[in-house]
Amino acid sequence: MAVTDTAIPTPLPFARIKPGRIVLWTILFIGGMLMITPILFMFSTSLKTAGQIYDLRLIPQNPTLANYVEVLTEGQFLRWFLNSAFVAICVTASNVFFDSLVGYTLAKFRFRGRMFVFIAILSTLMIPTEMLVIPWYLMSANFGWLDSYWGIMFPGMMTAFGTFLMKQFFETVPDDFIEAARMDGLNEFTIWWKIAMPLVTPALSALAIFTFLGNWTAFFWPLISTTSKELYTLPVGLTSFAVEQAIQWEMIMTGAAIATITTLLVFLALQRYIVRGVMLAGLRG
Amino acid sequence: MAAFELRDLVKAYGKTRVIHGIDLIIPDGEFVVFVGPSGCGKSTTLRMIAGLEEVTGGEIRIGDRVVNEVDPKERNLAMVFQNYAIYPHMTVRQNIAFGLYTSRLSKREKLEKVEAAGALLGLTPLLDRRPSALSGGQRQRVAIGRAMVRDPVGFLFDEPLSNLDAQLRAQMRIEIKDLHRRLRTTIAYVTHDQVEAMTMADRIVVMKDGHILQAAPPMDVYDNPVDVFTARFIGTPSMNIVPAKQTNGVVTLADGDPSVLAGVRPHDLLVGSEIAQPGLTLTGTVTAVEPLGPETLVHFEIAGQSIIATAPPHGGVTIGSNVTAKAPRGQVHLFDAVTEKALGRA
Ligand SMILES: Nc1ncnc2c1ncn2[C@@H]1O[C@H](COP(=O)(O)OP(=O)(O)OP(=O)(O)O)[C@@H](O)[C@H]1O
Ligand SMILES: [Mg+2]
Repeated sequence: MAVTDTAIPTPLPFARIKPGRIVLWTILFIGGMLMITPILFMFSTSLKTAGQIYDLRLIPQNPTLANYVEVLTEGQFLRWFLNSAFVAICVTASNVFFDSLVGYTLAKFRFRGRMFVFIAILSTLMIPTEMLVIPWYLMSANFGWLDSYWGIMFPGMMTAFGTFLMKQFFETVPDDFIEAARMDGLNEFTIWWKIAMPLVTPALSALAIFTFLGNWTAFFWPLISTTSKELYTLPVGLTSFAVEQAIQWEMIMTGAAIATITTLLVFLALQRYIVRGVMLAGLRG
Repeated sequence: MAAFELRDLVKAYGKTRVIHGIDLIIPDGEFVVFVGPSGCGKSTTLRMIAGLEEVTGGEIRIGDRVVNEVDPKERNLAMVFQNYAIYPHMTVRQNIAFGLYTSRLSKREKLEKVEAAGALLGLTPLLDRRPSALSGGQRQRVAIGRAMVRDPVGFLFDEPLSNLDAQLRAQMRIEIKDLHRRLRTTIAYVTHDQVEAMTMADRIVVMKDGHILQAAPPMDVYDNPVDVFTARFIGTPSMNIVPAKQTNGVVTLADGDPSVLAGVRPHDLLVGSEIAQPGLTLTGTVTAVEPLGPETLVHFEIAGQSIIATAPPHGGVTIGSNVTAKAPRGQVHLFDAVTEKALGRA
């Protein structure tokens, strides 16, 4: 025993770390802390009572889940949560379907006016949302869409960015697959749905995550287009904790914590589909 | 099953014509191999037959139906692609079953057909794997299986073996040939490998620049090529072509303007063997010696032109020495010096 113990001098684990690394890690560590601190305070505050919120200890003295119980049982929080989920899911499904349908068409079919359509779609990317809100509002008012789910959802049902993203990805799908499917007797729609779509799952999941998160956290347009409390989405609803009586920080933080946890779950559920290199397996090599 | 017929078939991309009005009849059950250099229009022709490419002019018939305007799926042809193009997100079983997508068989009959095709191609143990877990040869067999299950009226193959290594290619050649013997379905097969063409075809179609130069059984193309290009394209090593003149039935090297081109295959041009009345005699300086085992290839130079001849295995030919190679009468092909068309043999 004693012989083997001394025979192989094990190098110190830190011996090979270069100074550059230490600097890099320090910077990354500080950056990480800066990002995570507000989130930690959000969770910490959600576990405090109203009287403790200005006590800035990260670990609450008497952590309590009472806020969660109150938020979820009283008021309309649950309703807002479901509204948000409904809106985000519908808009996401719509984007996944329509953005990729149009993206596929632009990527894989040669037709007159194709470039024009593509450029027209791209150019809408250059218009900021703030400029669009007033036309959207007027449009909603004219069609009677104000203060309805459809009114919240319609501007985002298809996006230029999503179409562009999907077009780029469909261009990487080799034509051979599409032609093979044509020979197998599939019609063009089925080729898209059964052959091309599964080959771009990574892009679809990325699009789904972005769209879901974008709509889950959307504040400005839902605030403008809704008036009745039953139609509030979560971010809009959370602000109402601030306008009634005083600002109920612990309530806002609890609501935000629930929203954040949902976001994390959605991300975890979808991100495993973002694996690259599925596509090449059907080809040579 | 059906015959294919191409009549004055033309393909143009914009203003560039790539197929210049070709005529070809492929009788029912025939295995036709299209060969030709890269870019000569083999794939384009095949894709027009498949319906994946629009026909610019002329006519394609499958059976007795003109199919110019018919969708690929209505033509009931099966195609195997150079890149296999088997669907990566499906198992082998699902891939093969996709060949039956349009068929009206019951689910059980479909499954049986898939199993049968899998068994025929030796894929039974792999049916539940994904393409990513298959070797190149296995992927190729899946692609063939997907084409086969359907009982198509014809198969189209576009360089199906070009991504396989030499050994696997030789094996798949035999398997595909065997498949044809059993199924007796019309096959149009594209390759630029002349060994594949020679060994598999009932008939070889030699193409160049969008034209068909010759369509004939392999040995006919080998023995009686219609022009210099075909003569050099079929057979390895390529036929030697030298400028020549013919006086009193004897072919000799031309010193001035050649009246004809003389072609002789390396296997007919022999070093160190006594031929009493040679049809052609060539003498030159050896530049390279390649012993292949059963024979030795001798490269020599004559009037600045490189010639390949065959010597016996232990001939003792050395680089730098002078050799004389002779071809027996009847093995010298003559071609017109200007048009390069065949004129017969000497
Ligand atoms: N989409 C296209 N647009 C313009 N020209 C094309 C197109 N596709 C093919 N061509 C041209 O048509 C000609 C024939 O192409 P084709 O693919 O049929 O050749 P090939 O004989 O199959 O060659 P290879 O052995 O390299 O596969 C080529 O000169 C090619 O450049
Ligand atoms: Mg080709």
